[in-house]
Formats: sequence, C-alpha cells, structure tokens
Amino acid sequence: MGLTTSETSPHTMGNGDTLSTRLDHLVGLLRKHGPNWARKNSLWPMPFATACCGIELMAMGASRYDVARFGAEVMRFTPRQCDLMICAGRVAIKMLPVLQRIYMQMCEPKWVISMGACASTGGVFDTYSVVQGIDQFMPVDVYVPGCPPRPETLIEGVMAIQRIVDAEGVKPSAERGGLGLTVDPVVQLNTVGRRS
Amino acid sequence: MDQNIAQIVAGLRTAFPDVAFSPQPLIDRSEDDAGAEQVFVRVPPDKIVEVMRFLHDDARCDFQQLASLTCVDYLDFPKARDRYAVVYTLVSPRLNHRMWVKCFVNDPDPAVPSVTGIWNAAEWTEREVFDLFGIRFSDHPDLRRIMTWDGFKAHPLRKDYPLRGHGEREDFTVVTDDSR
Ligand code: SF4
Repeated sequence: MGLTTSETSPHTMGNGDTLSTRLDHLVGLLRKHGPNWARKNSLWPMPFATACCGIELMAMGASRYDVARFGAEVMRFTPRQCDLMICAGRVAIKMLPVLQRIYMQMCEPKWVISMGACASTGGVFDTYSVVQGIDQFMPVDVYVPGCPPRPETLIEGVMAIQRIVDAEGVKPSAERGGLGLTVDPVVQLNTVGRRS
Repeated sequence: MDQNIAQIVAGLRTAFPDVAFSPQPLIDRSEDDAGAEQVFVRVPPDKIVEVMRFLHDDARCDFQQLASLTCVDYLDFPKARDRYAVVYTLVSPRLNHRMWVKCFVNDPDPAVPSVTGIWNAAEWTEREVFDLFGIRFSDHPDLRRIMTWDGFKAHPLRKDYPLRGHGEREDFTVVTDDSR
C-alpha cells in the first residue's frame, strides 16, 4: 500500500475519498517511520567495556545520568539481542578477534559507537599490542571523544545514533561502512540532560 | 643476613659443594641495612632443578610456595655480566622466611629447566616469561605463548624490542568471515 488518490483507486468513492486517502497517508507514514521510531527509542547496547571508559559507560546507565530516558538502558551481554555496540576502552590485538566476532554476531540493523580516545585512535597506548583505532577493522558510526568522555557526551553519542536511525535510506552498516561522525565534546556540565 | 637464611645458604653449600651461590642482598643499600635480610643466591641453569628440589623438600628450608617467577633483561645494565636473570621468589609460610634465586642465562638460546615438577604454580609464570622474554623452559609440559596472540613472533619485554613493535599491530588480519 502507499499513497493513493481517487483517480488511481477504484475502491474509494464520494465522501469516503478524503478519509481513505488520509488513512492511506497515515499508514504510509507509519510504515516508513514506525520501525525507525521504535528502533531509535529502544536501542539495546552491547557494552564492550574493556577499560576505564567502561566506568563512565556504567555511570551513563546508572540513576544520575539515566540513559533510560533515551530508551537505551537495556544492556545485553549477548550480541544476538543488541543493535548498538559501544566499544568503551582500549582494544588489545588479542581482543580484536573477539570484538569482530561479537560485531558480526549482532543482527542487522546495527550501529557502532567508538567511545573514548583509546577505542578511536589508540590514545596514549601507542604500543605494539594495542589497536590504533578500531575503525581500521570494523565500521564505526559515531566517535565519542574524551579520556574518558563524560556520561553526557556519551548520551550525546547515543542521541547521534538516534538521529542516524531516524534518517531514511541508511543502509545496513555491513554494506555502507562506518558513518564516522564525531560528537561535540563540549557539554555544559551543570545542566545534566538539559543542554542550553 | 637473617639467621634462617644464613643457615639455608650453609645447608645449600654442604649439599652442593661445587656451586658458589654467592649470596647477596637483593637491594644494594649501603647506608642502612633495611633490605639486608632480602637475599638472593645465584644458581647455574644446569643445577636449578636439584637446588630447587632441595629448597622445597629440606625441613630447614621448607619453601612450599613459589610466590613469583619472573625475568630481568640486563641489557646495557651497568656492570652486568649476563643478559637475562630468571628470578624465583620462594616463601615458606610455615617458617616465615623468604629467599630469592637468580638463574643467569645468555643469548643465543637462553634456556632454563622448568620447575613445574616442584611447584605447579610455575606453569603459567614460565609460559609468561617464555612469551615476553623468550627464555625456553626445557621439560615444560605446555610451553605456549600466554599473553600475546598466536602468531606473534617477538618477545616484547626484551630491552631491545621497540615500544611500537615491528609493525605487528598493522599487519594483523581482519576477521570478516561472516559464516561463523
Ligand atoms: S580513552 Fe581514557 S578513559 Fe577511555 S579507555 Fe582510554 S585511557 Fe581509559
């Protein structure tokens, strides 16, 4: 079904015309935006917390910052139930196959946040065993800068993912590669959850 | 030197007359003798298993616990004569004394017999020393890498290994096989 007019639809006559057209229009809108509306307000994160950034990730989930306000409080530890991977912390090369496997085990559609300097660039750990940015090995949609990012900044990252989800015509990440957006690190510190 | 440790060294000398042991404080501090009771002895690699067996079994030593097993790379260290020292920390919980044993080895094939037959705790620590320093422990039941990944070639805690490595982190393969 899609948008129909009285000229193209043989089933609508007279006064029914307008109503039917409006209903069709509504159904069309729901079909188009409904799934995305549901998805963006119930992101289930996969907390891949390997280092200190994981503490801020936990703070984001706890009551003070309360990411439940954005519908993303259901941290799942099985990738089959998740659609948002939050890679929080440095990834050693020995850990990288695990990260990639978990990413591949998540069902489409899926999104990735690279949280903190380490996950995004290797950070201060410019050493033989640390991956210098997970985006070399998997698609990343949103980078959240900071060492560690404040929970507000991470919430900003989650909201960026929500905007991506809401945008039409975004292909699954395996086809498109990462979007590579970076979140603005400047958040007003004393207005938790209320940006001016 | 602590009374207990002096007795242990004397006992060692009687049991192994051909080893010098040369006991020495672990920390060299001449102004006070705060670290003086922390003593290490030198044992050559070919004698290590017998000496350790003695230290473990003898009633006056009774070192039931191998608290740690690690390694030091003495490359460019002032006055060092040997390159690597495998360091054993021995503790006797019953007699409340502890002692250190150093076993010096050199390139090109640094090898020390394994003490896993005496303390099971040595198994993983010896694997770690093998992984990071490249000391080969002969008779070890399962000498594989433990910290770095399979396929890693170097021994990164050696002093001549560069911090950023030899490019291992760049040519790591990407797992993209989605079928698993
Ligand atoms: S970015 Fe900073 S806080 Fe985050 S994992 Fe790295 S060192 Fe830790």
